[in-house]
Amino acid sequence: MSRPSRTLTPQVAGELIATRRVGAYQRLTFAAPGVAELAKPGQFVALAVDGDTSAHLLRRCFSIHKVSPSGTHGGTVDVVVAARGPGTRWLTGLSTHHEVNIIGPLGRAFPLPTEPVACVLVGGGYGSAPLFWLAAALRERGCHVEMVLGAATEDRLFGVVEARRAADGLTVTTDDGSMGVKGWVSDVLPDVIRRSNAGVVYGCGPMAMLRSVTDLASAEGVIAQVAVEESMACGIGVCMTCVMPVTGNDGMTRMVRSCVEGPVFRGDRIRWDAFRDGWCQVPEDAHGAAATRGH
Amino acid sequence: MAREATTVTRTHPSGSDTPLSETTLSETTMSETNNLVDMSVDLSGMRLPNPLMTASGCAANGKELHRFFDIAELGAFVTKTVLADPRSGRGTPRMAETPSGMLNSIGLQGPGITAFVQNDLVWLKSVGARVLVSIAGNTVGEFADVAAVLRGSPAFDAVVGVEVNISCPNVANRGMVFACDPLSSAKVIALVRQKLPRDIPIFAKLSPDVTDIVEIAGACVKAGADGLTMINTLLGMVIDTDLLRPQVAGVTGGLSGPAIRPVAVRAIWQVRAAMIEGRIPAVPIIGVGGVRTGDDALQLVAAGASAIQVGTAIFNDPSAPVRVNRELAAALQDKGFDRFTDAVGIAHTRLSPQR
Repeated sequence: MSRPSRTLTPQVAGELIATRRVGAYQRLTFAAPGVAELAKPGQFVALAVDGDTSAHLLRRCFSIHKVSPSGTHGGTVDVVVAARGPGTRWLTGLSTHHEVNIIGPLGRAFPLPTEPVACVLVGGGYGSAPLFWLAAALRERGCHVEMVLGAATEDRLFGVVEARRAADGLTVTTDDGSMGVKGWVSDVLPDVIRRSNAGVVYGCGPMAMLRSVTDLASAEGVIAQVAVEESMACGIGVCMTCVMPVTGNDGMTRMVRSCVEGPVFRGDRIRWDAFRDGWCQVPEDAHGAAATRGH
Repeated sequence: MAREATTVTRTHPSGSDTPLSETTLSETTMSETNNLVDMSVDLSGMRLPNPLMTASGCAANGKELHRFFDIAELGAFVTKTVLADPRSGRGTPRMAETPSGMLNSIGLQGPGITAFVQNDLVWLKSVGARVLVSIAGNTVGEFADVAAVLRGSPAFDAVVGVEVNISCPNVANRGMVFACDPLSSAKVIALVRQKLPRDIPIFAKLSPDVTDIVEIAGACVKAGADGLTMINTLLGMVIDTDLLRPQVAGVTGGLSGPAIRPVAVRAIWQVRAAMIEGRIPAVPIIGVGGVRTGDDALQLVAAGASAIQVGTAIFNDPSAPVRVNRELAAALQDKGFDRFTDAVGIAHTRLSPQR
């Protein structure tokens, strides 16, 4: 019997070749041959933490900040990590030459427009990490790129200097006014969309921000493509923990895995009404919701 | 003695009868260890080239792991539990990391048996996988209906066995899980047994959250189970200390991972001991619970498991099932075993005279 040909996902021991502090975050560069060559903006990598006998079994997933397909180390991949729990503290505390098991690239990349339209790229905190090489890919296609970066405070912004180079225009917001406009990205976004006559808005950051980015883009008649941050246990589509309700082309809402069907979704397809107080409920009209009730 | 130990299909007869010289051993690579230890196993007529399987619910339905290794290399691929109708599963968060493990509350999300046999089973057959289908129901009748649809499906010849997930709430018994009650368990097993052809063995997947697992095991075997899968997750709970509320939306969840391995070893040990003593009929046990390495697998095997499933470790290392198979073969070879089946339950013959 002839069998269908297989596509393999690289899993490599990535040597940490550089690590440096950037504001409140740590930027790590891994030699990850095979991963960099395949990656596209919006995709992510899943890192194992603390070695083969770690008590922390679940992989930590990070969107890819940058790739260099060829160099002295072969392909390299950069990620930006915020030390929050034991896994991320272990990663940010690593010294160079340490090896970390890396799987990737994973997930669906940001779709790129076929025409050279103006685009607005919105990043919240270190959610901005994947936006810089997205900007490069868009400008390569002749798109005008505006960037909006927001965070609570100046040290929680990521990539302001890089953004000045990567984008044709930059707007910065902080909650406390320590840099740029005092307020949220949602305060400035409508004006940036109108001013640039944008055709697409890309967003990456906390769910609440992605929701308002989607609402504001929709109000201006513009499609938002957002990369979600759902907690994942595996990153490869087998654990079923990172699901969220998303409406398909057929109008049916399904609980889909953000690691394989996402992490990039059309913002207007996400059922934002299901998210509240850190919970996500299954909408009553979702596929298979009735059979799950009563359990 | 257990009947699985007697029937052995030899896949690699060449190396086993020839005495090995020092040179031969030193040239042996990791991949060749399989040639020296016969890893094949026969589980109540289910003949497998090796004893490694995925654990239900930790491998989706195969396509995702097939990007990391050829799932036809597994002894068997165990599918995510399928019920009659499509199920969305629960809301999120569905997961919490725990020391050497995790807590999950998925809610048996799945496509329903009709879509499963049309899509997933057909694909599994196309890649040559041996499929152990995990089924469940909210009522005894639903289990039977799911089994009947499976039997009538066009790709049924890829199915080597059926695992009956009785750790599912019984709507007719105030939501008490079937696996916690010997009578409910026996009813499900008897009916599923009737619905499937004789040459398809059925395995009852047992919960460790019971007072006496031997009693449930005995009830299942007497009702017609050809084997047992042990153990399902343990019921657990995690509190989010920032928000001071349950961390998973379903409040409680199933605890899995290396943290529960000693519970699996104990449960397998107790049931195997009851079989050896003739208190319950002897059938093969598929061991599952916290296996991450070949050495972990060997613990379950020595306690009495004739096959091994790898679950949560897949989230850490997607190729864990095939790696564990290689490591287990190497460990058996180191200890001088020619055949995997010779190690099954061996710890029962090596007890301290004073206990």
